[in-house]
Amino acid sequence: MTVSTAAPALVPGTVVLDETVPARAPWSAVVRRGQVLTIVDLHGNQAVDCLLYHADDTAERYSAPDTMVAQGGIFLTTGSVLRSSEGRALMTVVADEVGRHDTVGGACSRESNTLRYGHHTAHQHACVENFLAEGSRWGLGKRDLVSNINWYMNVPVDPDGSLGIVDGISAPGLRVALRADMDVLVLVSNCPQVNNPCNGFDPTPVRMVVTAP
Amino acid sequence: MTGSTATTAGARAHARAQGGTVVACMPTVPATGLAEPPEGVDAADLVWAETVPGGGYAGRRLAAGTALRLTDLDGDACVSVLLFSADEPWERLNVADTVKVLWQAYVGEGHLLLSDQGRVLASVTAAAPGRSDTFCGTSTLLRNTERYGDGTAHGPSPAGRELFTLAAAKHGLTRRDLPPSISFFQGVRVDDDGAFGWLGSAGAGGVVQLLTEMPVVVLLVNVPHPLDPRPAYTCTPVQVRAWRGRPTAPGDPLWTRTPEGERAFGNTVDHRTARGLS
Repeated sequence: MTVSTAAPALVPGTVVLDETVPARAPWSAVVRRGQVLTIVDLHGNQAVDCLLYHADDTAERYSAPDTMVAQGGIFLTTGSVLRSSEGRALMTVVADEVGRHDTVGGACSRESNTLRYGHHTAHQHACVENFLAEGSRWGLGKRDLVSNINWYMNVPVDPDGSLGIVDGISAPGLRVALRADMDVLVLVSNCPQVNNPCNGFDPTPVRMVVTAP
Repeated sequence: MTGSTATTAGARAHARAQGGTVVACMPTVPATGLAEPPEGVDAADLVWAETVPGGGYAGRRLAAGTALRLTDLDGDACVSVLLFSADEPWERLNVADTVKVLWQAYVGEGHLLLSDQGRVLASVTAAAPGRSDTFCGTSTLLRNTERYGDGTAHGPSPAGRELFTLAAAKHGLTRRDLPPSISFFQGVRVDDDGAFGWLGSAGAGGVVQLLTEMPVVVLLVNVPHPLDPRPAYTCTPVQVRAWRGRPTAPGDPLWTRTPEGERAFGNTVDHRTARGLS
């Protein structure tokens, strides 16, 4: 579904794709090398779980460890190079209106929800369901899921190692822009979690805009 | 002896004369023949005894309830670990869930290594305080080539991912099956800004012990930590010992240490029971 509000791309360019991802839904697209994907947090504090794959060889995929090692820390923001399992640049964060994003916390799943909140959550929708459903359209399966990026999610680590998903620091309309450094398949789950503050307890739509320079 | 391998009989004799050679890093087979079993362990219960060199790897399929002890013999081991459900290896270690579900990034004694299916692959029954890492995974060919000039499995400074690829292949698994790993013996801390600080090793004699809670395939690579600041490829041998025991059970202190862990153990027992293993 295309929406037609004022140009939301964070980096100027020709719009080649402009779609709104409904609350709780998956999304995917191939972003060609040099194109920029702008993600818009339309209503604020909406976690956008994201995995990246080399479009020509999906065995090479996003690696949270290699991304964090190369930049020397855990938070993603402008300048962060999103690296593959082979250490190569998949995408680069070229602009960020939020300040920091998470790549430690992973995706919610029905199974982990049973541990985190109790077995009453076993039939709630979750990000891994979105990744599996959307990934299957590209020939990807469970083996292909790894630790992901959580745009707009706030996961601090305390001095004693305590970590957790706490209230977000995003706001309605804030954007993050990713430049593709190779042809990249972007797999997204617009997070449906309602048991913690990652979506402000109210999952909402987000907007995806791809521009070419 | 020149020319002694010119015939099949000579070559056979030459090969057989090598048997019985002892080196520092090798398996003891059978493990029950180990001269010095761990204190309190009956040698008859040993299932794996091996010393893995720096730059080496190992893998093993282990029954539920197996104790797996790793000892940093000389103080510069760095062992990165992956765990898979032995029967359904697409169920595997999920480092993100392991830290998130238990609200703790610094893995130590009592932590549970969780699969993506809400189950406990192994519990951590001993670990040097602060000397583990759930963030950085292991090294890549690219990084080791940049750092040391080479990262191939056959070269002088093998990368962890290259070695994991070999270890995985021997269990029918490929690079697609290699998620982020957890590493032990070398510590990393995160400051308030999210930046990494390097703690390094606690020294020789450090022990990490896991207890498998399901039948697992465990893969180990012993390579320098990706953040190890030393310019030389530095990694020393790790001793591996494994023996039969039993999984964590209701009534054990670990079972109820956290509500999340208790539910994870419950899921794990249900899984074992349905498979006829409990």
